[in-house]
Amino acid sequence: MNGVNCMNDMNSMNNMKRMNGPGEKTAGVTVRRQKIRRDRTKMRLAVFLVLVLLLLAATVFAEQLCPYDPYAQEFSAALQPPSRTHPFGTDRYGRDMLSRVLIGGQTSISSALILVAVIGVTGTAIGMICGYLGGGVDMVVMRISDICLAFPSLVFAMAIAAVLNGGIRNAVIALAAVSWPKYARIARSQTLTVKSSDYIAASRLSGSHPLRVIFFHILPNIAGPVLVTAVLDIGTMMMELAGLSFLGLGAQPPAAEWGSMMSGGRSMLQTCPWVVLSPGLAIFVTVVLFNLLGDAVRDYMDPKAAGRRFAAARGVREGRN
Amino acid sequence: MGKYVIKRLLLLIPILLGITFLSFAMMRLAGSDAVLQQAESSGVALSQEVVDARREELGLDQPFLIQYGNWLKGFLTGDLGTSYVSGNDVFATFVSKLPATLLLTALSVALTVVISIPLGILAAVRQNRVTDYLIRGCSFIGNSLPNFFVALLLMYLLSIRFHIFPVISDGISLESAALPALTLAIAMSAKYLRQIRATVLEELSRDYVTGARARGVKFSVTLWRSVLKSCLSTILTLLALSVGSLLGGTAIVESIFMWDGVGKMAVDAMNMRDYPVIQAYVVWMAVIYVTINLITDISYRFLDPRIRLGSDRT
Repeated sequence: MNGVNCMNDMNSMNNMKRMNGPGEKTAGVTVRRQKIRRDRTKMRLAVFLVLVLLLLAATVFAEQLCPYDPYAQEFSAALQPPSRTHPFGTDRYGRDMLSRVLIGGQTSISSALILVAVIGVTGTAIGMICGYLGGGVDMVVMRISDICLAFPSLVFAMAIAAVLNGGIRNAVIALAAVSWPKYARIARSQTLTVKSSDYIAASRLSGSHPLRVIFFHILPNIAGPVLVTAVLDIGTMMMELAGLSFLGLGAQPPAAEWGSMMSGGRSMLQTCPWVVLSPGLAIFVTVVLFNLLGDAVRDYMDPKAAGRRFAAARGVREGRN
Repeated sequence: MGKYVIKRLLLLIPILLGITFLSFAMMRLAGSDAVLQQAESSGVALSQEVVDARREELGLDQPFLIQYGNWLKGFLTGDLGTSYVSGNDVFATFVSKLPATLLLTALSVALTVVISIPLGILAAVRQNRVTDYLIRGCSFIGNSLPNFFVALLLMYLLSIRFHIFPVISDGISLESAALPALTLAIAMSAKYLRQIRATVLEELSRDYVTGARARGVKFSVTLWRSVLKSCLSTILTLLALSVGSLLGGTAIVESIFMWDGVGKMAVDAMNMRDYPVIQAYVVWMAVIYVTINLITDISYRFLDPRIRLGSDRT
């Protein structure tokens, strides 16, 4: 599956813009430019980090921020357009949309974060162990991940979620089952490059247990690319989870969750678009924030790695893995 | 070359076995079996004797691996059982709905090519200028919109507000395919624009481009004759990979726009817990995906002779 393998590395290609910029003629100018660029990257990272933290704070304290009870039905106030009393309007049961969007964020954001944490940790651990030990274990696990990658992931996730009878927890399990190979592959290829370094040999010579080598010497050296992938993945995972909920395979109504709220308001798109648009905008804003943060983290972690990583992408495609 | 193709085809066998085995095992993990499911869907209470008799009839009392073998035999001969809900033959239903999905997929890939390749090239050529920033901004926004939201937005704007397209499809026509195809194309273009831009930029920074410029070759000639040619295989990979996410994406979009393809069939089946249909959908989508990937890998050879295929090296 040569074609599939390069998928991950392809993602990193979009920071090519930072290399070979014109005007880098003399050393002094280059150094100054690099410093300015570095400071700007740091600023960007700080700004988006603060914004994301604010967003997280808003979801953690959603109950306190809600102007109304998100589950209280009041039929006399059903389907009101956005107004001063209900900034996002009300749905067909007269529930305040702003409160529901705020509470819905708790489910949507926390499940996406849990999902990314789970696949990031397990995928990386599997990849490191495979890369370090090699041999039969490596073969078997990589074949399994090949088969997982051979499935169109969303199709498989939908089927698993359906078999598990829906629910947001099962949607997370379904997406985790199809998404871990990506991390395993990144961690494995990184481990393979780090493995031949002298400090690994030194640690092994001094009699360290393989697990000690993996978690104390390899992990810190491959954490960067994995972290970047994980942060960039939060937005995607949130959209896929919302998609499953939208199809009725994730969070079930009346629980407030952005995807299922949009699905519920679908039939009223013509008359009361705010029922669909407010959770939709909430997803959009959240995903934008996480994506911006991801881009900033990537630029901060390795501003110059773009060229190298592109070469790696080529290598994978040509089967030199 | 012939050797390579044969090797790849042989490698397909374990992958396909894995796919079918996983899907089969997954459906068995669902808990209740076909007999109970059928009884549940039709709302009839069955006595234990009837259940046992039906199980024996369907071969459900046999060991797991034998059941899998029988199912695989059925799969290879185009017999995937009958739907729990409608009682129709699953394979026949699937085949009858496939053309609609393929039409939608082809349309959205075509739209993606039309949108993303020119814009990607334009952004690369105008690197770090207003055009570039605008295109990249649009791509960023498109990347952050879930496709069901895009679908609902397009529906709201183009159908409900401006009455350009029908709200839901009335049969298989180009007019009703426009909105779903556009939805899928927007998501994909946003994703691939950046990568096409990056690929073109990378190619533009190579020495031969500088060389051509030094020799006074027109920039447009270098761009169209050399740069694009060498970017083709990367662009092709991206498009082939996109088919995978597209196959999943069609399910959501088809069910929003009531487009009568396999995606909508699968979503309906998932909500009804109609396992044979879900299973057929998963297996066939995987087979299609794997096949497309294989064709892409093989076609590299024709597009980019620099890539040596497996058989030349080992």
